[in-house]
Amino acid sequence: MDNKQPNRSSFLINDEIKCASCGKVLLKKNGVGLLRGKKDEDGTYLCSKCYEMKYPAKMKKKLSPKAKRAKVGKVLYMILVYAFLVIMALAILFPFYWMINSSLKTLPEYKLSVPTLWPRTIMFSNYVEAFNQANLGRLFLNTAYVGIVSTILSLVITVLSAFAFARLEFKGKDLIFGAMLATMMIPGELFTITNYITVANFGWLNTYTVLIVPFLVSVFYIYLLRQNFMQIPNELYLAAKIDGTSDIKYLWKVMIPLSMPTLISITILKMMGAWNSYIWPRLVANDDAHKLITNGLRNAFTESTGDVNYPVQMAAVALVSFPLFLVFVFLRKYIMKGVSRSGIKG
Amino acid sequence: MNGADVKAVTPKKKKIKRSSGIVAGKHQWKAWLYLAPALILLLVFTVWPIINTVRMAFLNNYNGLAAIGGQTFDFGIKNFQWVINAPDFMNCLSNTAILCVLTVPISTVLALLIAVALNSIKVLQKFLQTIFFLPYVTNSIAIGMVFAAMFNIVGNTGTSGNDIIVTAGIINNIIEFFGGTAVNWINNGSTHVANMAVMVIYIVWNALPFKILILLGGLQSINRQYYDAAKVDGTSKFRTLTRITVPLLSPMLAYVVITGFIGGFKEYTSIVGIFGESMGPVHNPDSMNTIVGLVYDALENGYQGRASAAALVLFAIILVITMINLWVSKKKVHY
Repeated sequence: MDNKQPNRSSFLINDEIKCASCGKVLLKKNGVGLLRGKKDEDGTYLCSKCYEMKYPAKMKKKLSPKAKRAKVGKVLYMILVYAFLVIMALAILFPFYWMINSSLKTLPEYKLSVPTLWPRTIMFSNYVEAFNQANLGRLFLNTAYVGIVSTILSLVITVLSAFAFARLEFKGKDLIFGAMLATMMIPGELFTITNYITVANFGWLNTYTVLIVPFLVSVFYIYLLRQNFMQIPNELYLAAKIDGTSDIKYLWKVMIPLSMPTLISITILKMMGAWNSYIWPRLVANDDAHKLITNGLRNAFTESTGDVNYPVQMAAVALVSFPLFLVFVFLRKYIMKGVSRSGIKG
Repeated sequence: MNGADVKAVTPKKKKIKRSSGIVAGKHQWKAWLYLAPALILLLVFTVWPIINTVRMAFLNNYNGLAAIGGQTFDFGIKNFQWVINAPDFMNCLSNTAILCVLTVPISTVLALLIAVALNSIKVLQKFLQTIFFLPYVTNSIAIGMVFAAMFNIVGNTGTSGNDIIVTAGIINNIIEFFGGTAVNWINNGSTHVANMAVMVIYIVWNALPFKILILLGGLQSINRQYYDAAKVDGTSKFRTLTRITVPLLSPMLAYVVITGFIGGFKEYTSIVGIFGESMGPVHNPDSMNTIVGLVYDALENGYQGRASAAALVLFAIILVITMINLWVSKKKVHY
């Protein structure tokens, strides 16, 4: 039997080979494959683990100095990589930590020349004060109202237009679609000036309408959803037509469920847009009744000329940031997906 | 979609066109009905502004209020002359350009390194990726205020040598901890360079998540075989980065750089976040103004003509920069 044994090469054998020490099957009967073990001095076979236990010195010798250096180098490299990533991650997180840390301090503690890394007395009352001082309740409600209404209307308009562009045939379709895409190149500042005059002429200044209507149509979202609709086989639509299903019912029952991820991405980005918009709301609706959150936050703490209560300011900032974090934690997947395709903020 | 799919679909498409021809009339009005809300809004808030902005820009010193009062304006380029000659314009332009030239390369290189590092690890990858995406979902005004607080010196500074510093701000504390001297970053008497440094740090911090996301997506789609081949050849890590990763990632890099420049030239809210609406430190308001800020200043003073001209100048700058970017990337990008 011994003279027929293969030496770490693969060919058909009749007997299975077992590890002499632990009995682990190294090569199956009638099996073809690589022998997973090493030949011992007495001609029997050992699996690599038992071999290593029996001849620890031999195994160590196997690593040449060069391979050793490469292994050390690799470990060092991974340590460097992790160190770099952790340092960068700390730099990214630091402002958030400092925001929360500061927001919980008393004003005298905040002003200590040697800063404390965690508040000595935790002042949750800063949050209550911030909520009242910046009138955050009203700002939250305003922003939520504008965000929800504009998102719903925007979704309806986007779905209808995307459907028309993806499924229906009409004259000038490509021309209109191309022209719409071309407007995406122009910076928004160019529209703002005339839009300001237009809404002033409509008598919309300081209303909710002015915050909702001008930005309902996003060419990019129409484009995104059209691409999604195009992927749904046309046969489904024709089958629905033959069954006498109306367009709206088909949209509602087939197209919208199939495009849910894109629609959710659009919804989140649109809501975040309302939450973060600053320039347009400040320009057209700067009264207390219609102010949005970002604008209100900035103004609540710059008007006071006296001693600014920094911890309260930081508490207000934390309150404004908190809903965004919640959205981020639960809907991260959709945000990242939407962002990687759009590259726009809101 | 691969070639076979396209071939399979084409004949069917023709059939559909023929069949839809029968009900074309019905479909036509339906399509217009569905498109109506989008088209009407686009006409009012997108198409008309383009026309009107160009019109106002070329009417000398156009002023909306005076126009309603019946005043007429001559056709001319006075608005553009005002923009170019405005005492602020060169400052705004240089601020914007400096911010772009500094933040785009810094954030792109950092994002590339972080993305490559993230791509090479297994443990904690998802966790770290989540942390690096966090700044994206923040309100740039709110976090700007946090940055301002971190750099802020509380106390009485810049008043003829009678400085009473209560706290120097955490960033200065850290600098002093490592043996440096505190810097007046954004307070009364701070230098323009210090202000710029704060803006660069904040903008880079803010720009990283988007760039990392795009670059990591690109990295994950690179075929592993290139790296295996490099490994067999014993190529060094650095050479692998410059000779394999960067060329294969160049379309994403080009995209990130181009959008970075476009965003950089429209910088405005992040400066409001740090310095407030005075757009500069107390002793020198407007010193950090940008071109977008110039547009809004002109608009708030009622000079829509000048604002329009400034907006068109901004558009022209962005167009030129994008053209240059595209021209460079055409030479350098491997598709």
